[in-house]
Amino acid sequence: MKQVHPNWWLAAALLVLYPFPANDFFTVQIGAYSLILGTIALSLMILAGYGGMVSLSQLTAAGLAAYMVPILGTNTQGVLGFGWSYWFTLPVAVLTAALFSALVGLIAVRNSGIYMIMITLAVAVSVFFFTRQNYEIFNGFTGYSGIEAPKPFGLDLRAPIPFYYLCLIVAVTFVLTTLYTARTPFGLSLQAVRDNPRRASALGYSVPAVRISAFFLAGIIAGVGGIMLVFLNGRISPGTIGVDVVIDILVIAVVGGLRHPIGPFLGALAFVLLENFAIDLIDRERFNTVIGGAFLLIVLFSPDGLLGLWGRLKPQIGLASMTTKRGSQSSGLDIEPNSLKGRLSNENV
Amino acid sequence: MDRTDALSRLQSAGQYALELEAVNRHFGALVALADINLAVKAGERRAVLGSNGAGKTTLFNAVTGDFLVTTGRIRFYGEDVTTLPAHERIRRGLRRTYQISLLFETLSVRDNLFIACRGISPRRGSLRRSGPSDPDVEMAEILAQAVHLEDTLDDIVGTLSYGQQRQLEIGMSLAGAPRFILFDEPAAGLSPSERKDLIEILDALPSHIGYVIIEHDMDVALRVAVSVSMMHNGRIIKEGTPSEIENDPEIQELYLGSRHG
Repeated sequence: MKQVHPNWWLAAALLVLYPFPANDFFTVQIGAYSLILGTIALSLMILAGYGGMVSLSQLTAAGLAAYMVPILGTNTQGVLGFGWSYWFTLPVAVLTAALFSALVGLIAVRNSGIYMIMITLAVAVSVFFFTRQNYEIFNGFTGYSGIEAPKPFGLDLRAPIPFYYLCLIVAVTFVLTTLYTARTPFGLSLQAVRDNPRRASALGYSVPAVRISAFFLAGIIAGVGGIMLVFLNGRISPGTIGVDVVIDILVIAVVGGLRHPIGPFLGALAFVLLENFAIDLIDRERFNTVIGGAFLLIVLFSPDGLLGLWGRLKPQIGLASMTTKRGSQSSGLDIEPNSLKGRLSNENV
Repeated sequence: MDRTDALSRLQSAGQYALELEAVNRHFGALVALADINLAVKAGERRAVLGSNGAGKTTLFNAVTGDFLVTTGRIRFYGEDVTTLPAHERIRRGLRRTYQISLLFETLSVRDNLFIACRGISPRRGSLRRSGPSDPDVEMAEILAQAVHLEDTLDDIVGTLSYGQQRQLEIGMSLAGAPRFILFDEPAAGLSPSERKDLIEILDALPSHIGYVIIEHDMDVALRVAVSVSMMHNGRIIKEGTPSEIENDPEIQELYLGSRHG
């Protein structure tokens, strides 16, 4: 049996009990929303952290899954809407996101570093403009609204507390799956390709195949995140996948930390809190300055994000003894240290 | 049996492991490989000598498939692999080491060797973790022993000493039934005792595994090889047994001259 650090149990208890003292706003707009943004940012963290590939198309993949919900199901706009049941709509929506992500991978994986960022950003921007100008499928500027979460087996997922738990289950499932997959042969080969693509190829691995598979798997996570997002908002329009939001997701992943799948969720929580409460700290006109400044400080003082900040503070506040020990087999909760900076310089080798 | 006998025995029996036919590689105006013809028998151990810039590593990169050749053919055990990508050539039993260790520095020795073992298996993309009884996990431990790294199995590769990284480099090239190996200066930077270890490892290879070794250390090169190819300015200018090469006046002037002079 693997040793699970007591802090993880504490965190789990907090997450499960959170909605009871919290009101609806905190349960949904802070809790569920952070979990959803974290899930979408996790898709980016997997590619960047384990694969050394920064993709700015992951929010776009999530957005396409979100669009599939009113397109394949029902909507009030009178555009398309095939009326499929949720049991078909949701898997097809996730698959769409995964295939889209894999397609982006197919285009982008032969490049690395700044060039991959540019290509994936270009894809994100073109899809954004396409959805805004296309009325036959995406209903243009207006998009779709009036979308509601299903009520499977009489469980109302539109109610705050059940919806929060749905988002929590999704997030925890993906974090655990990510930790598991990182130690599988596929996960190791992805990290091998990150560390040294030339060597991985000289060991029999097809570098493009490993990378594109990673894009596919990351696309599944983005797709599920996108569906949660459309359930939360009840609407999807081009603004949801705009370039500003693409940057938000990147900021969330980097500020949270790319070394552990929990990082994007820390980043998302910090982001959502700042987005909601920065306005109370300062003049309405300047709250973006507060958000930007806070992230600048985090990245300046901790290049590996909030995760790294925690790692550095821990010994100073007397928690040093609680650091997990490395067993003979990795516990799965520790991950190979590798800052974004280190990876980018690796690519020059 | 002396080396000449061993060489003629190899040349009379068995197929060629590696055949290069009129291979050229240009980088812009630079001719890195010029009309290379090379045939190495299965099980043969060949040293490639030559000064820096002679094209030895370029030759290895061309054979591995790190880049494609400009013209010419490369055959591996009779199969034309000229246009195959590197990973396909590796899956056919070709292996190589690098002059400067190319390892997965953020992963452990165990992971590095496991990745090497799994690379040539169809289960390389498995989404299930491998238990301790998995053949590739066991093989990783055996390989660690073979290159004297059994005590560092769980160390992160980036923290290993230079010599240990060189040993791991060799261990990874031995994963999964290799048929032919390219060793690119395996002794570079090793201490005399580490060199002795290296020769031991090379001598312990099963006799059906042939290899080509690039080595500046003549003591290592001429000790382990039964045949020698001499490269100069992207060409192979001489082939022969170690003693023929050592005593060739032209070679002495070109290459060994600096050593004795």
